[in-house]
Amino acid sequence: MSVKQISVFLENKPGALADLTRVLAENEIDMRAFSLAETSDFGIARIIVDDLYKTTTVLKDAGFIHAVSSVLAVKIPDVPGGLSHVLSILNEENTNVEYMYAFLGAQAGSAYMIFKVAGHHKAAAALTGRGIRLVDQEELNEL
Amino acid sequence: MAERYFQPEIETASREQIKAWQDERLVKQVRHVWNSVPYYRKKMEEKGLTPDEIKGTEDLHKLPFLSKYDLRDAYPYGMLGVPRDQVVRIHSTSGTTGKRVVAFYTQADVDLWDDCTARALTAAGATAEDVCQVSYGYGLFTGGMGLHGGSQKVGCMTVPMSSGNTERQIMFIRDLNATILCCTPSYAEYLGESMKEMGLTPDQIPLKAGIFGAEAWSEEMRRDIEKTLGIKAYDIYGLTELSGPGVAFECSAQQGMHINEDHFIAEIIDPDTGEVLPEGQQGELVFTAITKQAFPLIRYRTRDICVLSREKCSCGRTFVRMSKPRGRSDDMLIIRGVNVFPSQIETVLLNQGYPANYQIIVDRVNYTDTLDVQVEMTPEMFTDSVGEIEKRQKELVAGLRTMLGLTAKVTLVAPKSIVRSEGKAVRVIDKRRI
Repeated sequence: MSVKQISVFLENKPGALADLTRVLAENEIDMRAFSLAETSDFGIARIIVDDLYKTTTVLKDAGFIHAVSSVLAVKIPDVPGGLSHVLSILNEENTNVEYMYAFLGAQAGSAYMIFKVAGHHKAAAALTGRGIRLVDQEELNEL
Repeated sequence: MAERYFQPEIETASREQIKAWQDERLVKQVRHVWNSVPYYRKKMEEKGLTPDEIKGTEDLHKLPFLSKYDLRDAYPYGMLGVPRDQVVRIHSTSGTTGKRVVAFYTQADVDLWDDCTARALTAAGATAEDVCQVSYGYGLFTGGMGLHGGSQKVGCMTVPMSSGNTERQIMFIRDLNATILCCTPSYAEYLGESMKEMGLTPDQIPLKAGIFGAEAWSEEMRRDIEKTLGIKAYDIYGLTELSGPGVAFECSAQQGMHINEDHFIAEIIDPDTGEVLPEGQQGELVFTAITKQAFPLIRYRTRDICVLSREKCSCGRTFVRMSKPRGRSDDMLIIRGVNVFPSQIETVLLNQGYPANYQIIVDRVNYTDTLDVQVEMTPEMFTDSVGEIEKRQKELVAGLRTMLGLTAKVTLVAPKSIVRSEGKAVRVIDKRRI
C-alpha cells in the first residue's frame, strides 16, 4: 500500500518555488502534502496531489523536470510517543528512513506522515503487521 | 617487436616519391575543384588564378584559404565536388557552436579514409588477431564509423560499441577479450577508473593498446590511462572537414603524429598574416585534401596551433609529423593561467551522459578567475534523492578537473534556462574586466 509522490527539480534562484506553485494553482491542483529539500545549489519540491496524472502532464508542459516515486503515508495516533513508536518498528526492521514530512490534512486524534524508506514493501509489511495504519491514495484524497 | 605498417610501400616511401605524389595529385585536385565547386572557383578567380598556374606543391601558397566561415556560407551543398548520386555517406560536426559542417563521401573517399585509420590501428599494433572495441559514438560523429572502417580493413574482430553504458563496455572488453580500444581519452580514463573501482588490476584487463582522439589530452593523462588499463595509448588526429580521425596518427615512437601525406598536404602558417612559415616554427595547421572527391577542401585552416617535423622517425615512416595541437587560434579561454577550450568542457559533459546544454561563466573575484559551468537538468539525470544528484555533480567536477587541470563549480539549472540566440546557445560569458 503506497502513495505516489511527485518530486520537482527547482533551480536555486528567486521565484523558482513561486513558479511551481503558480502553475499548480492555475491548473487547480490541490496539494495534499508538500515538502522542500534544498542544498546551496538546487532544491527538490516533493508534493502529493489529488490528481497525479493531471499534475505530471501540467508540469511536463510547463517545462518542470520531475520524477514520480512511491512513499508510505502513515496514520499516527496524535499522542506523545506516536511517531516514536512507528520509527522504532522501522528501526527493528533495519529500515532506513531517507526522509519524512507531515501531511497537510488532519483528522481529530490522528496525524499523517509521509515516509520515504529504503525497502518500501518490507517496511509496509512490518508496519501493518504491528497494527499501524497505512493510507492509500484514495483515502488520502478524502482527508 | 618489429614495426608493422598497413601499407609499407606508401608509409615508408622516399620523400621524393611523396613529393611526386603530392605534385601530381594537387594539380589534378585543383582542376577537379575548379570544374566542380563554383564557390572555390570564384575565390580563385578573385585572386586572378587559373588551374594552369598550379604546377605542383611549390604553387600551393598561391591558392586561397578556406575557413569554417566558408563552410558555413557554403552549407549544405556549396562545397560538394561530385554529383549527388555519387555520394554514399555524410558525417557532420556537432554544430553546438552554431557552425555545423556537413561533409560528403564517395565510396572512394570512404575507402581512403578507412586506409588512414587502418594505418593508425596497425601502427598501434593491431592485426587480424585482435578484437577491437570501438567506443567512439556512432552516427553523424566521425569517430565511430571512422575507426570501425579501419578496424575491419585491418581484419580485427570489430565490436561496434559506440559510447555510453560503461558497465556493458567493461563486460564486452572482458568477455570478448578485447585487445584494442578506440574512444576519446577522457572516456578511456573514465573506463579505467570504473574498472579500478570494480577491483580489476591491469593484468586482468585484456586490452593492450588504445587509440584515443577527438579531444585535447595531455602526456599526464596518457600516463594515467596507460597505467590503469595496462596498455599503450596512441593519439590520433583528424577533423570532419578532412574525413575524420586518421588524418594523422601516432606510431610506437610517440613523438608526434604522422600525417597521411599521400592524401593530405600540411602547411604551417602565421594565423595573423597567412604567410607560410618555415619548418619547425609554430603556427596554424592548414590542410589540402588531394585525393578526396566529394568534399575536396583546399588550404583549409584548422585553427589548430602546432609544429611540423620532417626529422627521420625511428618507426621507419617517412610521413611528416605534427605535434599535438597546442590549442586553437580562436575560442580559447585563459582561466587562472590555464588554457581552456569550451570543447573540452563539452566532451566531459557528453562523456558523463549530460546533454550539451551548458554555459560557461568566467568571472574574477578577489583577483582570482572563477569558472562556473552551468548545466541544464534533464529528466534522465533527475532523481528524488538529493544525495544522488550531488554525487553526480561531484563526478562532473572531478571530470572537469581531470580534463582542464583546474577546479570548476558546477551549477544545475532548469531546462531551457540557458540563453539561446537565433537558435544558437551562448556558450561562454566572460564577465572579467581585464
